[in-house]
Amino acid sequence: MTMEISLRRRVVNVLMLSLSGLCTVLAVSVLFFILGYLLVHGVRSLSFAFFTHLPKPSGETGGGMANAIVGSGKVLLLAVLIGVPLGFLAGVFLAEYSNKAFASLIRYTVDLLNGVPSIVIGIVGYALVVLPMKHFSALAGGVALGIMMIPIAVRTTEEFLRSVPNSLREGAMALGATKAKTIFTVVVPAAISGLISGMMLNLARVAGETAPLLFTALGNMFWSKGWLQPIATLPVMIYNYALAPQEDLHQQAWAAGFVLLTLVLVINITARLIIARGPSSSRR
Amino acid sequence: MTTPEQPIVKERAPARASDSDTNTLPSTSKLNAKNINFFYGSFQALHDISMDIQSNKITSFIGPSGCGKSTFLRTMNRMNEALRNTRVEGDLLLDGENLLGMDVTYVRRRVGMVFQKSNPFPKSIFDNVAYGLRVNGITKKSIVEESVEKSLTRAALWTEVKDKLHKPASALSGGQQQRLCIARALAVEPEVLLLDEPCSALDPIATLKIEELLFQIKDMTTIVIVTHNMQQAARLADYTGFFLLGKLIEFDDTRKIFQNPNKKETEDYVTGRFG
Amino acid sequence: MASSSYITDILRRPPERTFLGRLKAGDEISYLTTLACAASILLIVGLIVAELWTKSQPTVQTFGWKFLSTSTWNPNSDQYGALPFIYGTCVTSAVALIISIPLGVGAAIFLAEMAPPRLSNMLTFLIELLAAVPSVIYGLLGIFILVPLIREYLVPALRNTFGYLPIFEGPFYGVSMLSAGLVLAVMVVPFIVSVSREVLLAVPTDQREAALALGATKWETTWDIVLPNASTGILGSVFLALARALGETMAVTMVIGNTPKIAASLFAPGYSIAAVIANEFAEANGKLYISSLIFLGLVLFGLTIVINAVARILILMTTRKAA
Repeated sequence: MTMEISLRRRVVNVLMLSLSGLCTVLAVSVLFFILGYLLVHGVRSLSFAFFTHLPKPSGETGGGMANAIVGSGKVLLLAVLIGVPLGFLAGVFLAEYSNKAFASLIRYTVDLLNGVPSIVIGIVGYALVVLPMKHFSALAGGVALGIMMIPIAVRTTEEFLRSVPNSLREGAMALGATKAKTIFTVVVPAAISGLISGMMLNLARVAGETAPLLFTALGNMFWSKGWLQPIATLPVMIYNYALAPQEDLHQQAWAAGFVLLTLVLVINITARLIIARGPSSSRR
Repeated sequence: MTTPEQPIVKERAPARASDSDTNTLPSTSKLNAKNINFFYGSFQALHDISMDIQSNKITSFIGPSGCGKSTFLRTMNRMNEALRNTRVEGDLLLDGENLLGMDVTYVRRRVGMVFQKSNPFPKSIFDNVAYGLRVNGITKKSIVEESVEKSLTRAALWTEVKDKLHKPASALSGGQQQRLCIARALAVEPEVLLLDEPCSALDPIATLKIEELLFQIKDMTTIVIVTHNMQQAARLADYTGFFLLGKLIEFDDTRKIFQNPNKKETEDYVTGRFG
Repeated sequence: MASSSYITDILRRPPERTFLGRLKAGDEISYLTTLACAASILLIVGLIVAELWTKSQPTVQTFGWKFLSTSTWNPNSDQYGALPFIYGTCVTSAVALIISIPLGVGAAIFLAEMAPPRLSNMLTFLIELLAAVPSVIYGLLGIFILVPLIREYLVPALRNTFGYLPIFEGPFYGVSMLSAGLVLAVMVVPFIVSVSREVLLAVPTDQREAALALGATKWETTWDIVLPNASTGILGSVFLALARALGETMAVTMVIGNTPKIAASLFAPGYSIAAVIANEFAEANGKLYISSLIFLGLVLFGLTIVINAVARILILMTTRKAA
């Protein structure tokens, strides 16, 4: 046998490598199909009224999803207020205080929570908030999404605080700063751009969640007063309208889908670019 | 200054030659170590270190790497406590008070430290120098500003940075960053300033600047410097201690250490004949 | 200097050693608050398990194990059997994996072994964006774009080539287990690509160089040397994808057809665990009905936890070895 590579082997080589390239092209093109379809259908159905008007029954023109946009904002605000501080502080504990055994217990629990299917989180929100208060509400939706935000908040915080060089902690402590002041005036500020973008990714992830809201926030065709009433949200609206038989509601669903996807992707991409660019400050 | 109420206050013991063994020098002592042992887990990094650090003098520690000189330096402001699984035994007196029994932040306000690698915070130059004051509750603008200027001047950095105080500290050169860290340490007006190989990452010109400024500030603070550079120790220090394998082999007048040491190991090391 | 003495006055003041003084310094507060937050995560997860467990007890006591092995789901007669949902979940996940594994691993091979780093990073970034698309959007595209395409092209093609197989028999309803499987496949591909690529990149370069030096082609090197080295981690990425597929709710609910029947054909509509909870929970009345749905939630929870744990162990095994 010569050192020459046989024709068959060469053909297989080229063929298989091309196939793997084709797989990549396929996977990437799915993204562009998604973006393309939503752009085409979404923009066509989008109108000024979409952002300013309440939903109207099928057949009437000029309906919008103003209540769902505000509703999503309210539920997400609650989620951030619940999930981010709790996850952040827990992450601080893991990175700065915890001993090894307790930290791995918490880390394992966080992973567990991260793996809980979103529909199960919905059940939990229902059991913890809706049942006791006997009311579907924005609060229940916020609690459900807030719980979903905790795992990523913890992990992001721990990861970025750990990446702050120890020399900064020592520098602060050598000036007489207490451990708490070292953490909150030097370590956290040094990691702040990573922390913020991590939390943005986290927000983008739950902003599109539908399942946890189905039986917590429920939905509402009108403005929801306060925080303890059922409330409309964009994802749930998309779900309901997409499954409705009327064509004009489908158009509204496309418009809402376009708005939601744009929102989610813009936040997601911004955050990832900030992380990829790395902190501009002197992290060494 | 009033004597703080301490549960384990040792009686004020001005250092006398009789206090401890041969390593004690007759003068006013600022820091007084007696039989310091230090452990990383089960590994003993320091063995029975005893010495007096003299007020307003420069004391240097020399020795091969891993000899314990940095570890000993870091016990003097209890920096090692931040590391897990460490233990210190023995007595350490600051002006006769038990340093190991004090509140740790109080110790570090009195005993400042500059590290081997400059570690400016990712903040502005001004905020770096002001940090020690602010974090300890001094926030009045005029006082902070005055102190920042004074500290930067003492650290021979003021003229270079006075027009860009609010620029990020990371924009400074390596030598400037290290002087900024010295300024930052000086702002809290420490009684003792510990420097852990502060020039190891700097070029000769930047090193010279730092050595000069250390001479300048000697009259207001006691200086202890760890260095791997024997010439630096010889140039700077009034007293020099030679460490080997976690033990203080010899501690004496710098000239004596370099010209006429008592111990064979010291002589081998300072003449470059060491292993 | 006045300020100098002021500074030393303040800084040389030893701290109060009282409890209040220490509290004021912030250390205890910081420690206790962060500890409480960390501990509350244990509490939350404990609460989730406890809620699911206690609220599903009526079903457990009424039906026992038969709940998982019977297929009658009739709220009117208060008869509940979970088999159709378990079946639907498994079938759709299997379809998803059969499609996404070759696609995902193939793409990962290209990204790790062939593409120049910058291109690879950019393409990976784009593929990972797929994971950020909300599942309700996948559902929307599934109903209005994918299902018509399947009806128009895929179903006739499958009938013509594999029509003799029972899994491709019978009428195609549009919403079906096949549609759900396809949507799931697209949704889990980014997980397989992203993790498999990392695992492949972790295979030491000298392994490749050794094979190439012996005259192996690029593909032979990849297939015979690199892939076996990375197989455990790739399997981990598959389990990760499986956990996602099992728990996925909205996209599946929108295209699976929501019919609690066990049908052999992929063209027939089905139902999944997550979908039945999503559809029926809000309207469920009757203790046993709600309890049965919550028990389904508990089953799903248990399944995903086990599979996620397996995935994590497998991925850790390879990355540890490489490091």
